[in-house]
Amino acid sequence: MSEAPYAVEMLHITKRFPGIIANDDITLQLKRGEIHALLGENGAGKSTLMSVLFGLYQAEEGEIRKDGKPVRIMNPNDANDLGIGMVHQHFKLVQCFTVLDNIILGVETTRNGLLQKEEARKKVRALSDKYGLAVDPDAKIEDITVGMQQRTEILKMLYRDNEILIFDEPTAVLTPQEIDELMQIMKNLAHEGKSILFISHKLNEIMAVADRCSVLRRGKYIGTVNIADTNEQELSRMMVGRDVQLVVDKGPAAPADVVFEAKNVSVASKTHGTDAVKNVSFNVRAGEIVCIAGIDGNGQTELVYGITGLEPLKDGSLTLCGKDITKASIRERAGQMSHIPEDRHKHGLVLDYSLEYNMVLQRYYEPEFVRSGFLRRKPIREYANRLIKQFDVRSGQGAVTTARSMSGGNQQKAIIARELDKKHELLVAVQPTRGLDVGAIEYIHKQLVAERDAGKAVLLVSLELEEVMNVSDRILVMYEGEIVGELDPKTTTTEELGLYMAGAKRKEAHE
Amino acid sequence: MKEKKSLLQHSGVQSVLAAVLCILFGLLIGYLVLLAIHPETAGEAIITIVRNYMNYSAPAKQKMYLGNTLIKTAPLLMCALSINFCYKTGLFNIGAAGQYVVGAGASLYAALAFHLPWYVCILFAILAGGLWGCLVGLLKAYANVNEVISGIMLNWIGLYLVNMLLGTVKESTSNYTLKLRSENPSALIPSMGLNELFMKNKNVTIAIPLAVIFAIAIWVVLNKTKFGYEIRATGFNKEAARYAGMNEKRNIILTLIIGGALAALGASFLYLSGIEEWSVTQSSVPGMGFNGIAATFLGGLDPIGTIFSSYFIQHITSGGSYLDKNIYPSQVADLITSIIIYLCGFVLFFKTTLNGRLERRNKSTGKENEKS
Repeated sequence: MSEAPYAVEMLHITKRFPGIIANDDITLQLKRGEIHALLGENGAGKSTLMSVLFGLYQAEEGEIRKDGKPVRIMNPNDANDLGIGMVHQHFKLVQCFTVLDNIILGVETTRNGLLQKEEARKKVRALSDKYGLAVDPDAKIEDITVGMQQRTEILKMLYRDNEILIFDEPTAVLTPQEIDELMQIMKNLAHEGKSILFISHKLNEIMAVADRCSVLRRGKYIGTVNIADTNEQELSRMMVGRDVQLVVDKGPAAPADVVFEAKNVSVASKTHGTDAVKNVSFNVRAGEIVCIAGIDGNGQTELVYGITGLEPLKDGSLTLCGKDITKASIRERAGQMSHIPEDRHKHGLVLDYSLEYNMVLQRYYEPEFVRSGFLRRKPIREYANRLIKQFDVRSGQGAVTTARSMSGGNQQKAIIARELDKKHELLVAVQPTRGLDVGAIEYIHKQLVAERDAGKAVLLVSLELEEVMNVSDRILVMYEGEIVGELDPKTTTTEELGLYMAGAKRKEAHE
Repeated sequence: MKEKKSLLQHSGVQSVLAAVLCILFGLLIGYLVLLAIHPETAGEAIITIVRNYMNYSAPAKQKMYLGNTLIKTAPLLMCALSINFCYKTGLFNIGAAGQYVVGAGASLYAALAFHLPWYVCILFAILAGGLWGCLVGLLKAYANVNEVISGIMLNWIGLYLVNMLLGTVKESTSNYTLKLRSENPSALIPSMGLNELFMKNKNVTIAIPLAVIFAIAIWVVLNKTKFGYEIRATGFNKEAARYAGMNEKRNIILTLIIGGALAALGASFLYLSGIEEWSVTQSSVPGMGFNGIAATFLGGLDPIGTIFSSYFIQHITSGGSYLDKNIYPSQVADLITSIIIYLCGFVLFFKTTLNGRLERRNKSTGKENEKS
């Protein structure tokens, strides 16, 4: 073997952070022309490993080889020089620039200080034809779909002649149709000799597109398997370390009285002149999970802000447990409404507060926790400890751990514990499983179903199709601020749901 | 090893270490500037500044002038507490200087024009400072005006208003306000025997222990009460505070009212001690409010730490006045103390650097820890 068969090898990589070994003796070998999936739970060390490869961190031990030769990658520029490119989960594009401008940004050809775009345009055209990456080079980023933005990112890597392409959770923001297209693009790229590292925790996508898959768990390397010889169950067992139920186990819903009703609700948009939510009406009954599905940015966030009181309504009315709450303050609503917010760092937690202080964030003013203006230390500690135990929230130092130092999954568990334990009739859960791993998702889904079975009304807002189909009893699809369809998860298909989400299909929702 | 590590990682220990580093660094730079001005006496001069009242050899005199330093520490501490308190809500109360000014104006006017007793004069100061803070708060809460902008503007408005107001109660022969001791002794804050400890320094009053008590009270409010929980939550994460139903507007206004009252109270502590009078022709906002910023940061943003940092800064400021005026013009004394104080503001920088170093060291010696 004169020519090494691997494009990139990461051998025995160990990377430590204070108190934690993020990568413990991990070996990852990427063959030329293959799609190699990197699977692992949140906090398993995927991102750290990729950051080491991309030069954002330096490993304490181990070696990186490119084409069989040891290399040192001190920063992303080194990575770029070695032909390693990455599509980040959150795109790094300049919104008001065109696709072409974004692609050439940083590697512009100039003559006498003036940009020479024509050559670049030709090269981009050639690349998009070769790999089937349809984008308009002169469209502005802010005007094109998320799928096209992602293609722009891919073109950026190709324009720089990168040979090794890293995709970090690329499907999180796409519609089912766009996901299919991306899968095809990835296959094309691999076929043309590019080597692809595909980071994901979605098993079906890995099964569909990858050649091999390496699994990490808690910073340790578990193994590498050929996709042809494995199945989803085996992969999830490798990832979590135990058998995981991939399908939510729930009985039929028994909807009772209407708990929450929204009538002709409109919410103004913060960024545009038009309304983000347009004349939306629906209700949620006790004992059912109503899911609002849709692609990110179609008014779901604003609708939730309107319901929970974070933003005022422009029009319409809200009724909760028979009371008009249209003009009620956040705290007045909180008496009968729990809210698992979309962004746990922005809204859900005070990251610099201890876990126990976060546990009482919605209840600190109740007599149980405050006496003549002074916080009652002992009841707060006891309450926090009870929730920590009951919901299995793991942290370094228990109740006094700073929330910031906890893992994403456990931060989310803490929020869920707090919101489920407080008094409520309606639970508004917005993307409660965002960024979490299979084990945590399974847990949260069980909690949602338990809520429903305990007779609470649950309003779930989700971008994840599988979650929408598995957990909900009723699906409302939002598109451009309107509810364009009401579907029954038992009778509809993912494809149909996708068409509604993309705005290709609509029917009037009945009240 | 393990214990040592945990001690160094303790935030309080880090704050103290960073503050000490800051002070040493400030003194070093101050020394270098003195060297540049007059190399022969630089060493002596920096020692003079650090010695402050110890420059006197007689113990009686030392006590007397220690008293003077403490009298001026009290208002500085109050200004620092004002800034500290507001900072916890995420507000940078640079308006403390102006709140201090209106506090001085209100208490002196109450004392000299209405001949009211000291405790009523103090009340006037609180009201005026509270009002000044409230204006900033209202603008911030309802019109989203940056508190730094409105604070600075109100500093100047306050200064000229006070100059105008106190112009009616000034000595006919000078630009200074009438002497309290002769005009209205009841407006002087009582000493309750404290002056005995400082060789009968007649300006030593209970304002000094009161300021310390306020520091402790602020610490308790911030860390132990519902109100403190709310304002710290607002400071850490405004959005989360709103999500939890806290009344952000009310808390912003309330915080600035309290901050304003604290700074104004500080002013009354100084001017009702009788140690100095207000010059109605001064055209710059007194530095007390600004020095409070340095004291806050040097004190590690902790009310208790601020007690010590305020003393240190006042110590250096007073010490500067002992420099030999024949070699160093009086501006140089101010320059040197300002440089030291300015560098004290770098305490956060030192703390971050310190932390970074510790982390790097731990990385190479880190032990396995279960990741949850």
